[in-house]
Amino acid sequence: MTDTLVAPSGPARTTSRPGGLFRLTPTSGVGLGVALVWFSVLVLLPLAAVVGAAADGGFDRFWSTLADAQTFAALRLTVVEALLVTAVNAVIGTIVAWVLVRDQFPGKRILDVVIDIPFALPTIVAGLVLLSLWGPESPMGINIVNTRQGIFLALLFVTLPFVVRTVQPVLIELDADVEEAAASLGASRVTTFRRIILPSLVPAIAAGSSLGFARAISEFGSLVLISGNTPYETEVASLKILKFLEGDNQAGAAAVAVLLLVVAIVTIVILDLISRRVARRG
Amino acid sequence: MSIEVRGVGKRYGDFIALDDINVSLPTGQLTALLGPSGGGKSTLLRIIAGLESTDGGSVEIEGVDATKLPPQKRNVGFVFQHYAVFKHMTVAKNVAFGLEIRKRPKAEVKAKVAELLELVHLSQFAHRLPSQLSGGQRQRLALARALAVEPSVLLLDEPFGALDAKVRKELRDWLRRLHDEVHVTTVFVTHDQEEALEVADEIVVINEGRIEQIGSPDELYDEPANDFVMGFLGAVTRLGPLRLRPHDIEVAVTPGVPGSSAGVVLRALRVGFEVRLTVDVEGQEEPVLVVLSRTHARALDLELGSRVWLSPTTGATAVPVLGVASA
Repeated sequence: MTDTLVAPSGPARTTSRPGGLFRLTPTSGVGLGVALVWFSVLVLLPLAAVVGAAADGGFDRFWSTLADAQTFAALRLTVVEALLVTAVNAVIGTIVAWVLVRDQFPGKRILDVVIDIPFALPTIVAGLVLLSLWGPESPMGINIVNTRQGIFLALLFVTLPFVVRTVQPVLIELDADVEEAAASLGASRVTTFRRIILPSLVPAIAAGSSLGFARAISEFGSLVLISGNTPYETEVASLKILKFLEGDNQAGAAAVAVLLLVVAIVTIVILDLISRRVARRG
Repeated sequence: MSIEVRGVGKRYGDFIALDDINVSLPTGQLTALLGPSGGGKSTLLRIIAGLESTDGGSVEIEGVDATKLPPQKRNVGFVFQHYAVFKHMTVAKNVAFGLEIRKRPKAEVKAKVAELLELVHLSQFAHRLPSQLSGGQRQRLALARALAVEPSVLLLDEPFGALDAKVRKELRDWLRRLHDEVHVTTVFVTHDQEEALEVADEIVVINEGRIEQIGSPDELYDEPANDFVMGFLGAVTRLGPLRLRPHDIEVAVTPGVPGSSAGVVLRALRVGFEVRLTVDVEGQEEPVLVVLSRTHARALDLELGSRVWLSPTTGATAVPVLGVASA
């Protein structure tokens, strides 16, 4: 019997060799260099600049901006709405992806294309689209402009594709025989879904949710038309930043921006941790 | 009888995958479903497991009519060609799966898993993930997982099909030994006649949705029911009005054997211990293939262009060539 040990094929690509931990070949050195320069110019430097701008006014200024009741309300509204939207998307997005992959029905191909429309539309157009159905001239007589429900709906609209599009390919790749194996071992459909399918999907759901969440806390275009921008009520962080800028308060804008950045990073890290844990536990 | 299949058929549109299959598989035996790809043998296995529905007829497992039962209720262990292991679970968790959903006590599950991993020689890998195992190890894991729920029958669908030749051979021997140890009624699908002949107690030859023959490996090899079975179980050549195996032809370098056909050696290929001759026989269009041992060929001093006289060995398995015999 050959019990030859197969080397663990984990995600780690940087294999440690004798004589140094990370020894790069010339090509991979160039590649790494390009990637880092690109990343720095596009992401790291601007981010650092924003943090710098926020720190410019000193910590007290930074803190007083965030402690300001109106700013705080805007931030809280943004994060709470984004979390709600993310939770809904994680469930509905998974269901939509499931239907698109597993079920056969007329119009499936069309639906598959339509899913991307909220993503492809300029967000201001998304706002207009929603406004024409749910605005003051709504044919249904429902006006959601200047309400939190309106913000919720707009965020749902623009973040719809994220979970669907990340879960879909993973579902397609799932082997049918794994589910059949579970069934022949006595597992019900529900048990199979919970213990076999879901753990495989969780990383994709988490990835899609992170993207959706990031999009939700940063959404601007569609909310300009929908939210109404009433302080304490329907003012979201991105619009608050605009307001700061219009009032020539650079440091205030940067402070809100930095806080949004921190929230985004924390959320993405948490979702990643959750997905790792669930994927391992089964 | 452990498995009774009566009048089972399956169509996919116009394609008839199975046509009125009747077969009884006795308890405790190792049976091979042998046939070419697309012949319906996997479909039959999946119908027995409940993974595929039948268009008609019935399937009985251990005396219980299982035709309408879902796979969960059939108490059948199934092993897939591509292992179908649960990738996110450790080896031990994979084996424990069936027992855990049956809500067996923790201690019992643990003991059973340890026992099975011992049986399939994977004890030291209990806490690995399947991705850290080789193909052969994964298939043994899949077997242990299927055996954990103590199935009344064990079904294996081309279990060694995805493995390389050497591992295949090892696992084949191992499956035979395992079966002698565990004695669970086992059915496995294969398109490899050597695998079937070597491992199985009984072979069911399936082709184009029909059963061609059922019998022990010896019966099938020595008394093939028809041309197809004969051809599928090993090399076949034609000598005059007969179809027979190339090693069942006697070669003489002088005339005299009554009923022998004269010919000329066209080609001689030496492969290991055997010599394969291609002989052009007078009065026959297609050349005759003959296999003889290297020592024998040397003793006869055969070379290209040698004149030879061929006759069937006494006691050779031979069937009349279709069309010639009935004419």
